[in-house]
Amino acid sequence: MNAGLLADFSRITPALNVITDHERLRPFETDAFISHRAVPMCAILPEDETQVAAILASCSARGVPVVTRGAGTGISGGAIPSEDGVLLVLTRMNHIGKVDHQARTATVGPGVRNLAVSDAAAAHNLFYAPDPSSQLICSIGGNVAENSGGVHCLKYGLTTHNVLQVRLVLSGGESMTLGSRALDAAGYDLMAVVTGSEGMLGLVTEVVVKLTPVPEHVETLLAAFPSVTDAANAVGRIIGAGVVPAALEMMDKMVIEACEKFMSAGFPLDAEALLLIELDGVREEVADQLVRVEQVLNDCHAQEIRRAKSDAEREKLWKARKGAFAALATIRPDYYTIDGTIPRRCLPDVLARYTQLAEEYRMLVANVFHAGDGNLHPCIFYDATVPGEMERSEELGGKMLEICVEVGGTITGEHGVGVEKLRQMCVQFREAELATFHAIKAAFDPAGILNPGKGVPSLKRCAEWGGMHVREGKMPRADIPRF
Amino acid sequence: MENLIQSLTERVKQAASNNTPLAIHGGNSKSFYGGAIRGDALDLRAYTGIIDYEPKELVLTVRAGTPLQEIETALEAAGQMLPFEPPYYADTATIGGTVATGLSGPRRPYTGAVRDFVLGTRIINGKGEDLSFGGRVIKNVAGYDVSRLMTGAMGTLGVLLDISFKVLPKPTDEITLRFEMDEATAIQRFNEWAGKPLPISATSWHQGVAMVRLSGAAAGVKAAREKLGGEAVADAQAFWRDLRDHRAPFFEDAEPLRRLSVPSTTSPLSLDLPQWIEWGGALRWVKGAADVKVLREKIASVGGHATLFRHGDKSVGVFHPLAPVLAKIHVNLKAAFDPDNILNPGRMDNFS
Repeated sequence: MNAGLLADFSRITPALNVITDHERLRPFETDAFISHRAVPMCAILPEDETQVAAILASCSARGVPVVTRGAGTGISGGAIPSEDGVLLVLTRMNHIGKVDHQARTATVGPGVRNLAVSDAAAAHNLFYAPDPSSQLICSIGGNVAENSGGVHCLKYGLTTHNVLQVRLVLSGGESMTLGSRALDAAGYDLMAVVTGSEGMLGLVTEVVVKLTPVPEHVETLLAAFPSVTDAANAVGRIIGAGVVPAALEMMDKMVIEACEKFMSAGFPLDAEALLLIELDGVREEVADQLVRVEQVLNDCHAQEIRRAKSDAEREKLWKARKGAFAALATIRPDYYTIDGTIPRRCLPDVLARYTQLAEEYRMLVANVFHAGDGNLHPCIFYDATVPGEMERSEELGGKMLEICVEVGGTITGEHGVGVEKLRQMCVQFREAELATFHAIKAAFDPAGILNPGKGVPSLKRCAEWGGMHVREGKMPRADIPRF
Repeated sequence: MENLIQSLTERVKQAASNNTPLAIHGGNSKSFYGGAIRGDALDLRAYTGIIDYEPKELVLTVRAGTPLQEIETALEAAGQMLPFEPPYYADTATIGGTVATGLSGPRRPYTGAVRDFVLGTRIINGKGEDLSFGGRVIKNVAGYDVSRLMTGAMGTLGVLLDISFKVLPKPTDEITLRFEMDEATAIQRFNEWAGKPLPISATSWHQGVAMVRLSGAAAGVKAAREKLGGEAVADAQAFWRDLRDHRAPFFEDAEPLRRLSVPSTTSPLSLDLPQWIEWGGALRWVKGAADVKVLREKIASVGGHATLFRHGDKSVGVFHPLAPVLAKIHVNLKAAFDPDNILNPGRMDNFS
């Protein structure tokens, strides 16, 4: 451990919580991308922006890398520490400040859990819209870093649409306010650049989020289809009919079979795809949409349509979406989740190619899509104890992402690049574009100490990369939904 | 079109090597906005056309020089819209200028701004490199969000070529309600209503009259109307269009017009200037002579920013000055995209 750095830290405040012993550092060695691990030189749990700024100034003067971590639920490895660096853990900055119901905003620390924001706003009949599946434990700072999505973002947008203002500390220790409580701010849209920047531009120490009125009425439908094409058509026609559902999820045959086997859901045995549709809004508007959606589902050959008549029934329908993976994981213990996005019209074609690839690799692949926005989450099931299986799943995942790029999509819709998808970044972007990303980083972090080696591959690495694959494995706390 | 891109790229490279500034333009409908224009004209109007529009995808990709009217007509035919209700200011408006200025219309507080719907861009940077960022899909977090950075950057970071948008279904029914109330009451009501699940799509207050537009399915609009009260306005479309494009008499004289962007709940500003309020209280237009320093301080103190939108003396700066640490990042970003400072130099005049 760097003695000068330690001396600096003790000068910041004697009470500063600095962890340096190996045993206590072990829990921080990875996030939810657990196949990569690195024990940092030290971990610090600062309590306010002043401490963060002083720590950063000291690290940058000494050229020491800094990685920021929130709840550690990221699944692309963005919060994996640098061995020769400092890990800043922001979980103690979990203060919920003012919930301004008139202005529909909440001011929160980066360590505040996503769901805690909605809980704090519930008394005013408001909520924080982005709902990544890990929302029970993931923190707002991490949501900003990853530009997190969720199942309701077709209608309510991503983090970037729901964050108004942040306090940002640069690697040199300078702090500033980006964005505004007004609807825009002077200058370039730096909020857009910082949201989703994976902790590589600066540290977020406070976030002002936008709150949304809780919809008056919700309807949830589950429909079974004889073919993926029928289901995909239904998705297009629902949107074509002028309806933007709050959620529009699609599940393939593997998921249906799992539902059947483990939950006796009673779906038609020849069903090839399920659609889970949630409509919300003003009561009369939802009633109107419901009629139109049911018409479309019938026109698109839905074999069966179930409509939730109570909150308990709604929960039950969502179980098909959420419970199937836990069920499938009993067949093969490990799974690797892919996060590509494609233009929705390519869905039947891409899915057919995925099925073919899965057969070639002799692996189980279950598909869940945020169908409304074309965000795919194929799950590759494998057993890490069988030699070579994990590597095969990674290779298969890489090929699936490359198909996304080929059809005009992207390698990551909401999980981020981290260390996981660095190689695919070389597929999606050309040299001058990657160079632009590096120049943006330098504009914020000239010392280059923030989360080095993540998010954007070096041009040299892209040139060198042949058949190298990144690793993936089991997740800690598999009970927490992740996607 | 690839030949045209080639020649645009060459023009930029040439300008960079000769160090001669370029003034990028489309229909010049918003040339009044922003810092003074200098440099050789780089006309994008020939780079026109819809590249891809599939209504069921909710995604539209267009060339920057495409007239806004052409785009909105195509969307209208499919029952869809650009959800940020872009101002034209003149019929010649192009989509490139719409994105470069980052200006949104009356619907903005209720559905989002231009930047919220930009999914991807293809640009030429100041080095003459042809670059693409983002894409044609709604969710995409690969790399920094350069496309949204381009939105509102006044063409200072790149020449916009292609732009992809998320679009939305156009509400089938619309009604506008009129209320007589004072400024403070209007601001309070607008904020209260925005906190409820009501299909509000625009708000305005001017000279003791508040206007509220409801958009959605007929049944939802009808139910909301009953909840809100007020009196229905005939021919309200023209009212909102005139407000959006500043064709109402309030905007038509040559007085300096200022755009004050403030938190929506900000109490009446009492500036003693004629005023028009939009965006649920978050946008306040004022006109007439004012002490710029005092005005900026006042607006900054409530957490907003003041822009000299049209007319008046630009020498004191059009845009609200940035804090030094922010200005430094702007300078760095400008240098990263345009090291020779040839793209619309000075058009964004709050850093240098």
